[in-house]
Amino acid sequence: MTTPSAEGARPADAGRASPPDSHVTDATDGADAMDPDNTPQASTDPPASDPSAPPLLSLVDIGKSFGPVRVLSHITLDIPVGQVTAVVGDNGAGKSTLIKTISGIYHQDEGQILWQGRQVHLHTPKDATDLGIATVYQDLALADNLDIVANMFLGHELVKHFQLDEIGMEKSARQTLADLSVVTVRSVRQAVGSLSGGQRQAVAVARAVMRQAKLVILDEPTAALGVTQTRVVLDLIKRLKSQNIAVIVISHNLNDVQSVADRIAVLRLGRLVAVGPASQYDAESIVDLMTTGTSKRLAATPAEPSAGSSSEH
Amino acid sequence: MSTDVQGPSPEAGESGDIAAEVALSSPDVIADSLGEYAKIWLSRVRNGDSGALPVIAGLVVIVIYFQARSSLFLSAGNLVNLIGQAAWIVMLGMAEVFVLLLGEIDLSIGYTSAVGATFTCWLLLPPHPAPWPLAVLVGLAVPAVFSGLQGLIVTRLRLPSFVVTLAGQLLALGLLLEVMNSAAPSGGGTIRLYNSVLVDIYFGSLSPVAGWIVMAAAVAGAGALFLVRDSRRRASNLTAPPLSVTLLKIAAMAVAGVVVVLIGNTNRGAGVAVVRGVPWVVLVVVVVLIAWSVLLGRTRFGRYVYAIGGNAEAARRAGISLSRIRVLAFTLAGLTAGIMGILYTSYLGSVSTGVQGGQLVLLAVAAAVIGGTSLFGGRGKMVGAVLGGLIVAVIYNGLELLGLGAAPQYIWTAVVLLAAVTVDTLARRRSTTA
Repeated sequence: MTTPSAEGARPADAGRASPPDSHVTDATDGADAMDPDNTPQASTDPPASDPSAPPLLSLVDIGKSFGPVRVLSHITLDIPVGQVTAVVGDNGAGKSTLIKTISGIYHQDEGQILWQGRQVHLHTPKDATDLGIATVYQDLALADNLDIVANMFLGHELVKHFQLDEIGMEKSARQTLADLSVVTVRSVRQAVGSLSGGQRQAVAVARAVMRQAKLVILDEPTAALGVTQTRVVLDLIKRLKSQNIAVIVISHNLNDVQSVADRIAVLRLGRLVAVGPASQYDAESIVDLMTTGTSKRLAATPAEPSAGSSSEH
Repeated sequence: MSTDVQGPSPEAGESGDIAAEVALSSPDVIADSLGEYAKIWLSRVRNGDSGALPVIAGLVVIVIYFQARSSLFLSAGNLVNLIGQAAWIVMLGMAEVFVLLLGEIDLSIGYTSAVGATFTCWLLLPPHPAPWPLAVLVGLAVPAVFSGLQGLIVTRLRLPSFVVTLAGQLLALGLLLEVMNSAAPSGGGTIRLYNSVLVDIYFGSLSPVAGWIVMAAAVAGAGALFLVRDSRRRASNLTAPPLSVTLLKIAAMAVAGVVVVLIGNTNRGAGVAVVRGVPWVVLVVVVVLIAWSVLLGRTRFGRYVYAIGGNAEAARRAGISLSRIRVLAFTLAGLTAGIMGILYTSYLGSVSTGVQGGQLVLLAVAAAVIGGTSLFGGRGKMVGAVLGGLIVAVIYNGLELLGLGAAPQYIWTAVVLLAAVTVDTLARRRSTTA
């Protein structure tokens, strides 16, 4: 990835009124190109991603307006398998619109969505779910009066002899929770209303995983949680990754982002101002990118050995 | 380096979580022993999700009070009378459970049940009566369709069910007057029930021996089902309730069955003739109770009713068709009200335009809420409506027996209903703030 280095190489750009445009182009090139000289990304990625296969999900030049308000413009982003991509940005940056476009709630005005290299049209949430895209919204959408098993199977209950197959559902739910190393719940038959915030998040994620999700989108998964519960959720995200599931995390909390993300995409005012391996960014540079769209600090960061040797311009 | 945008929010300690967790969980699946079961159950009672035992305890207290005041209360004749009064309150309470679980209400079913029953009586009028099953079918279909349409209006137009069914109540009263006018133009607003099969729902009985056989078969069947279910869970390596708890439940069912059959089999002929046996109406109530309990507890439809009552948005996102489930629940409430209309007609021997449909429906809501059904949706069981209906019936019957007239009946029912709603609301508040 060359965006930050390009940034550093052109300090004169930093003060300009419309720098994001140029950066978006940079980011686009970096994210799209699977060309061999894109070495920094390949070397910092975890081994799970196979560079020859198309990414699980590709957004190409996505644009979305609500009336006269342009909420997203020229978003081009790849979501690889087995990696956690963090999407960060200030309020109003377009994070929610972006994930709602991916999960089929909105349809983009411009651009294409590619799923495993093939173009797809996501007109309804069901279109997205059928592909294997599961979105866990901040409110989690759990029924507090039902137990964990009932919530995990809600809308997809197993039925045997015209009755709910409670035993089958309970075994399957326990297996899924065990696979995700969710060990803190006492019984899968307890009401979800009695769970802690982290446990509720775990149930919501487990529900998505149980339905064979290939891409799990988490909207502010740690926003309402304390320290212990946050750790539970971050561990959960790592488990998802290890099961070769692609994860998109929307978050404000840069500590969480840095501890769990493999890649970071920074949105500002509807534009993608930077995308790259998480190791290239520190908290200050992310904040700079979120607020101003550029970061001088990246120039000083020695983390990118090939920073100056970018051949993409 | 650490630019923490969002500080960690305060959170409850793990030990506090466990207390809340136990409080909201079914003791069936957490407890390993009878003692632990009792402990978990007690903490649930404090959170308002008490199950049947406090309602039964309240019922026993009220019964003891009335027996102390009037020795006639526990006489066989009065108890059979009480069962008769309780049956239609219970039935209407079960109807209301379907809609209360969704967080809705249906105020029309008191009158729609009378409209249905009027059609039934009309079809059975001599000299050319229709076959009685057909007449019953029409009597059930009319209130079912009426409530189903109300449900459709509530879901499609997103109007509050309280208002829609209040209008429905007036509409049903108008329909009742209109239908009665056509069915029995010279009846003075009353139409008699001419079918002996339907009259026998209340006034016919199983033979004493048959009563014992049916009761024993029912208890044995239910007990076997419980034990098989538990052993299946254990065989699948899942936790099941302790054997002692299951045996206690079966014993309680057996005791209740024996009491009902003993009461029914005592001669209540008051010297004129020998009248013995469990009235058929008891069987009707038990069959409906089992059918609706299975529907709510063991089918997708029932699961969705609870899910919508608990979090409609979650249910919608899970792909559940909210309007279909809601309309179906309203229709089932109407259907159950239709059954009640026929029971009530059998009890009185006729249908009258003077039926207190508005008051009946309030008693039904009272029965359901006293039995533990939440007005906010998502919590409650059919069996609760049976117990709550028994409490309402006992209050009515007992105060009548004391010769106190209508005023204290209304007042005491109001007090009990208010108490039940208070418990419901406090429990909800505690669980949302916890």
